[in-house]
Amino acid sequence: MKQRLGAALAWLEDRTGLVGIVRTVMQHPVPPGATWWYVFGSATLLAFLVQVVTGVVLGSMYVPAPDDAYRSLEFITNDAPAGRLVRGMHAWTATAMIVLIGIHALQVFLFGSYKYPREVNWMTGVLLLAFTLAMAFTGQILRFDNNGVWSTIVLVKMTSYVPVIGDDLGRFFLAGDVVNASTLSHFFTFHVFVIPGLIFAIIGIHLYLVIRNGISEPPEAGRPVDPATYRAWYHDYLRREGVPFWPDAIWRDALFGVLLVVGLLVLAGVIGPPEVGAPPSPANLDTNPRPDWYFIWLFAALALLPPGIEFYFLILGSGLFFIGLFILPLLANRGERSWKMRPWAVGIVCVIVTGVGALTVYGLQAPWSPDFATQPLSAEVVGATTGPVANGAQLFHEKGCHYCHRIAGSGGQRGPDLTTIGDKLSENELIWRIANGGVNMPSFAGTLTQHELREIVAFLQSRRSAPAPAQNVPTVR
Amino acid sequence: MITTEGSRNPSRRRLLERVVVGAGGLISALVAIPPLAMFLGPMFRRVPEPWRTVGRVNDFRIGETVQVTFENASPIPWSGQTGLTAAWLRRESEGRFIAFSVNCAHLGCPVRWEGRAQLFFCPCHGGTYYADGSVAAGPPPRGLSQYAVRVQGDQVQILASPLPL
Repeated sequence: MKQRLGAALAWLEDRTGLVGIVRTVMQHPVPPGATWWYVFGSATLLAFLVQVVTGVVLGSMYVPAPDDAYRSLEFITNDAPAGRLVRGMHAWTATAMIVLIGIHALQVFLFGSYKYPREVNWMTGVLLLAFTLAMAFTGQILRFDNNGVWSTIVLVKMTSYVPVIGDDLGRFFLAGDVVNASTLSHFFTFHVFVIPGLIFAIIGIHLYLVIRNGISEPPEAGRPVDPATYRAWYHDYLRREGVPFWPDAIWRDALFGVLLVVGLLVLAGVIGPPEVGAPPSPANLDTNPRPDWYFIWLFAALALLPPGIEFYFLILGSGLFFIGLFILPLLANRGERSWKMRPWAVGIVCVIVTGVGALTVYGLQAPWSPDFATQPLSAEVVGATTGPVANGAQLFHEKGCHYCHRIAGSGGQRGPDLTTIGDKLSENELIWRIANGGVNMPSFAGTLTQHELREIVAFLQSRRSAPAPAQNVPTVR
Repeated sequence: MITTEGSRNPSRRRLLERVVVGAGGLISALVAIPPLAMFLGPMFRRVPEPWRTVGRVNDFRIGETVQVTFENASPIPWSGQTGLTAAWLRRESEGRFIAFSVNCAHLGCPVRWEGRAQLFFCPCHGGTYYADGSVAAGPPPRGLSQYAVRVQGDQVQILASPLPL
């Protein structure tokens, strides 16, 4: 058996030369001392391959036409053998891929591995990061429920902020002037053909460059990169201390890969895929479009930005960020690699991780969104069942104040908590604020009668940390 | 050493190189242009905006704002539910109507009308509009877009228009 296999390999090598190439690649020397930090690149690749396999299977049952897409997703999730598991794997691996490529990029940045001679490794990696994010977003659209439809509209609206070509870009994503059947098939083409094709091609270049330029050695403080001498030093270093990639380095990748796949299977089996929401319809307004978690930080930032600077943040900011990332090694390809000697690099990573993390947490809470599901306050909280305070509480809810203001733990968080507002504002101050509004509060002068206004104020004045003295409760005039 | 016609005649080789590069470019263009035209075509195609009937005049009460649903400007036969769109229609007087876009002017999220508050609310980033569509609060840079409305006989019609960007 062994002899036959050997003969077959010899024949293959003679006719193709592939066996020798594979052997050379697997046995090429790599720097010793590679730690677990080095597994995230291969793990990202593994996640991509899982996406390809699960995506191909999902594609065999998914129908990229609006109503059928929804029904086929329901079929895949509820009826197809192992459909829920495969959809779950696809969704959780998308999450894993984003996390892994993010960690890989941060590690390469902190280790200074983007410096000479690996500039193009980094640049292809930045393209892979961008295309991975594009895959994540288009994947959310293909989950063509009502959230998918409205997320498409939000994307199109965002692109309209691009100067000059914004509207054309929007029409390109819509594949027309409105959301339509061709909008979904457009995104399907991107998600299934165009972007994966580009990712395959760039991964090929990326891996070729990893082999050609060698895996970067763990950085050491005081050992800067000098393009004039680095290659000679690196080859000498490998000759002296290098270890074969197979099996001395790859074992960590293999073990981490097992952990990754087992983890994904457990998540897919136990938690499953994201729920499919209401059927897709641009006429169904009872929806609250939210991006998947990887873009929720952007969603949060757009809520917190001062009005009018969306263009600078969305287009200029993100454009400059990616251009900056892409050309980074062209600007700084020499010098210290160790993060211990690069405080700015550490600072940038801290700012990005903290900023994105904080915005993600904040975005998941979305305190700026009106809470339409809020229920009228109970009589116990109101403290009255008749009279101006009770009427005011009812108006507080009916006029929409409750959507944005919280009282005793009930209501939205867009505006200040009014649980004890009676302690802080006088009757006149309350009237003034309600009548005139503010930056994030409408003026109610035109929609409330004098009587209604007085009743709401009576209710708000009764919101105190301690019961109000009788003379402080205003009378309704 | 391999000798060829070209090596004996460098100018002929240069010509052949140009022919090959030119042929490659021509093949690429000929193959790429039709698919690109099909793929990018919808960006440039302008379809006529049709009037859609959304109800009879007497279906709407003066001073009331209601959601109306109608077929969008350019439905494709297999669009299904996505071939529909909506507007907020307000009857101002006996014969005057205003139709507002359901898309928030900030990022396009679906605004909802709260009749008792007399406000449009956006669920995404808290944009709020008054009954006349002007900005009441939050990040929207401008008021709600409006559709053209007309009354034909006893029918109220809205001019189905592109998604307001």
